[in-house]
Amino acid sequence: MKFGVVVFPGSCDDVDAQLACARVAEAVPLWHADHDLQGVDAVVIPGGFSYGDYLRAGAIARFAPIMSEVIDFAAAGGHVLGICNGFQVCCEAGLLPGALLTNTSLRFVCRQVSLELVNPDTAFTRSLEPRRRLSIPVKHTTGRYYAPDAELDRLEAAGQVVLRYSPGHNPNGSLRDIAGVCNERGNVFGLMPHPEHAVDPLTGSSDGLGLFASLRDSLSGSLV
Amino acid sequence: MARTPHRVWALAWDQVHARVLVRPKAGILDPQGAAAERALAALGFAGVREVRIGRLIELEVTDPATLPQMCECLLANPLIEEYEILDSAS
Repeated sequence: MKFGVVVFPGSCDDVDAQLACARVAEAVPLWHADHDLQGVDAVVIPGGFSYGDYLRAGAIARFAPIMSEVIDFAAAGGHVLGICNGFQVCCEAGLLPGALLTNTSLRFVCRQVSLELVNPDTAFTRSLEPRRRLSIPVKHTTGRYYAPDAELDRLEAAGQVVLRYSPGHNPNGSLRDIAGVCNERGNVFGLMPHPEHAVDPLTGSSDGLGLFASLRDSLSGSLV
Repeated sequence: MARTPHRVWALAWDQVHARVLVRPKAGILDPQGAAAERALAALGFAGVREVRIGRLIELEVTDPATLPQMCECLLANPLIEEYEILDSAS
């Protein structure tokens, strides 16, 4: 099982994402200017400020050379995990529904948040089921999840709302406390919190590791 | 429509000057606009409401007919923003 972590100019959580992946499987970097996914089994689009977040967060990154491969990979059922800026990139690329807007507070927020696992039945969350509340940090200025009301109803009904901020923990004004959504097919998942920063008790929580382990287990077929 | 006068001299013969206004869609909370609104009130400007902040994009293009497409795929995110091509004089 091999994870590929995309590296854009301006990515800053790519190393942590690779280290997190490497705890559960093999991990390689994928350079933004390449057209080669190196045969990876899953793609992680990490956090940061790809292409300086110019215009809108993720708006330029979605046209990076590697993204045409990532989009084809996802269309073929390949698993893609977008974290923070990666979530923004996935929304801009049309891989995920909705968009991320400036936090209601207009402030950069950097803190541990409590999350509720809404849908434990995805390739990204299966191994998490016994523990439905997660402690994972957020750090962003553009994390307010938005989709039109009717779309939010549809997402909730279809189980595409995977993670919510626990009551009182919404750090950015996201509609319906949404912290992470997946696409209809369930093979693309984006979230604002940073599971790659929560993989070791030393830094306060290892709850994020379960997301990477889930994906490995799902793709290795080791889950019953 | 007229070209923006101070830009005319710089245009290449086959270029037109265009301006695109991109705004947050109605109904979408604009905290930046709200902050400016509070600041205006604090400065003593009474009766200011509904401050919304967008962006104005100026560009020179050879084919203004492609502007809507540019807006749809890059300059605006149609889910959260509306755009208006203010002028694209040739």
